[in-house]
Amino acid sequence: MTGIGRRGVLGAALALPALRARAQGAGVKIGLVAVQTGPQAALGTQLRDGFLQGLKHLDGKLGGLPAEVLVIDDELRPEVAVTKVRAAIERDKVDFVVGVVFSNILAAIVRPVTESGTFLISTNAGPSTLAGRGCNANFFTTSYNNDQVHSVMGQAAQDTGYKRVFVMTPNYQAGRDAAAGFKSRFKGEVVDEVYVPLTQLDFSAELAKIAAAKPDAVFTFMPGGLGVNLVRQYRQAGLANIPFLSTFTVDEATLPAQGEAALGFYSAASWAPNMDNPANTKFVKDFEASYGYVPATYAAQAYDGAMLLDSAVRKVGGRLGDKDALRAAIRAAQFTSVRGPFEFGTNHYPVQDFWLCQVAKRADGKFQTETVRKVLSHDTDPYAAECRMR
Amino acid sequence: MSLGLLLVQGLNGLQFGVLLFLVAAGLTLVFGVMDFINLAHGVQYMLGAYLGASLAAWTGSFWLGLVLALPAALVCGLVLEWLVFRHLYERDHLSQVLATFGVILFLNQAVRAIWGSAPLQMPVPALLEGGVMLMPGLQYPVYRIAILVAGLAVAGLLWVLVERTRIGALVRAGATHAPMVAALGVDIRGLFMLVFGFGAMLAGFAGVMAAPVLSVDPGMGDTVLILAFVVITIGGIGSVRGAFIAALLVGVIETLGRSLLPDLLRLVMAASPARQAGAALGSMLVYIAMALILAVRPRGLFPVRG
Repeated sequence: MTGIGRRGVLGAALALPALRARAQGAGVKIGLVAVQTGPQAALGTQLRDGFLQGLKHLDGKLGGLPAEVLVIDDELRPEVAVTKVRAAIERDKVDFVVGVVFSNILAAIVRPVTESGTFLISTNAGPSTLAGRGCNANFFTTSYNNDQVHSVMGQAAQDTGYKRVFVMTPNYQAGRDAAAGFKSRFKGEVVDEVYVPLTQLDFSAELAKIAAAKPDAVFTFMPGGLGVNLVRQYRQAGLANIPFLSTFTVDEATLPAQGEAALGFYSAASWAPNMDNPANTKFVKDFEASYGYVPATYAAQAYDGAMLLDSAVRKVGGRLGDKDALRAAIRAAQFTSVRGPFEFGTNHYPVQDFWLCQVAKRADGKFQTETVRKVLSHDTDPYAAECRMR
Repeated sequence: MSLGLLLVQGLNGLQFGVLLFLVAAGLTLVFGVMDFINLAHGVQYMLGAYLGASLAAWTGSFWLGLVLALPAALVCGLVLEWLVFRHLYERDHLSQVLATFGVILFLNQAVRAIWGSAPLQMPVPALLEGGVMLMPGLQYPVYRIAILVAGLAVAGLLWVLVERTRIGALVRAGATHAPMVAALGVDIRGLFMLVFGFGAMLAGFAGVMAAPVLSVDPGMGDTVLILAFVVITIGGIGSVRGAFIAALLVGVIETLGRSLLPDLLRLVMAASPARQAGAALGSMLVYIAMALILAVRPRGLFPVRG
């Protein structure tokens, strides 16, 4: 892993001037919002590199127009994100705002962006607030609604026939949503629900509880460093014979640090690097060649974001001023997703398949999640019905 | 909750406490002896973890990584002392807090620039792999027992150093009457540098020991730092003995509170609110304990200055 961040930064630094040089005259400008500082910067780097890889495959053009990318570091601070995004819209006149890893950043910028008539394409954050009654004509997401992913794990646990599941999540809104999402489809007994502080370092107390409860499986949502700690300690405590069902806990961004400890652990996603379709094979192979690490969903969804914009700009023949035509073109989503089938629902959230994935070791010694089986087909998020857009 | 589980949780608490002690010992020495608030102690712990993890990966051995990381952490500490901290000793606490906070920001970003922002992994050494079966289904990792032993050994070593050696006597004297010690012809600058270097090395040692259990990422020092400050405040600033007792206390209160409170609250209220309230109260418990102890003993359990 050593040095990857540096190489990523270098890659972007090399790519950007080249793209910028081509942007003379009529072009398309993208404000790419990706956190580059703070403990979660690895996710923002994944997102940025995924989008840039998409542009590379498109020869630096979107729908035939030369593309210019401004990378905006939101610093994971909503007020910073708003200031920088406003500047990108008013001063730099970006045509699209793309990216955003975290929901709280998205919540802060969604009004400033969409009210200025600019399209906002989230490639990761998919909060419920924008999926239901708060759905927005100028907002699209290429990821999912967060609740869907948790409920996929609930369905998978139900399908496998687990009777007793131990639930453990961090004690904040997203953690409680995760537990609720899991329980929405899991009908067995929840033996215990444990909420841990977001700053938790040592899980030994919770692990002892799990051992005492002897559940059929454990469900957890521990993003970032929390998940690294938990997965390693779970393995060290000899609990790995209890199936580890998780969301956003074992993915390609944390696997380099979790390594062998995460082997065989489960996650839920709409995409995994091993998905066997030509678009995905090309994406994963070239991404790894460019950036030297295995892409996670953050990168794949951003890559899809680039392809989506390419298809939309092409469909309107480069006339970015015709907002209604452009909106219809994005809504049509006529591109080949790395996930296979892809379409937007009425609320501009994807209607897609969800998979149960498992951590595996590849022949080259790197770790990745791999699809086990399809859990939900053509799934619409639970809030879409409340959206009044048609 | 069975007695077996309770004992295991107690052991977990002690082990977490010992890890906290490793971080807090250096902090209390520097704060107590030099009257210098070093917020950057947490990033020194982080540096230790990073150095240990990369040196272990480079040499292919945990032990070589550990042995090499200690002098490396010492050098980093001394360089920081020479570049930044030395100019702050005469200044007030606010300047020290501001400057060392700046060091935190700088080093967190520097670590990210050098190692990248994804967490690193450091494998458990083969000698300490595996676990002891303490209760059915739960292994107690041998490595955690090693942390416990290492922490106790450091505590013993520090006790001998501070209570039984000439340098220790100077350190104790410096903690109570620094100007007097200087007037007696002791090179207080040199003494400070020694203490500071030792503190940096202790922080680095704690970082390396924690690396195989905890995630090595930028910012890992920040969470530990807060608890370390709680520990040295409860223990009495400058007192190694106080830091030891307080660290164990904080570790046990934290662990038992987190694991028992939700179950205890369930006896008096419904399951769902009991879980949430228990979790919230569990994470507050350490601070409530600190407030109570300070109410009774405002200078901590073992105050150094009279």
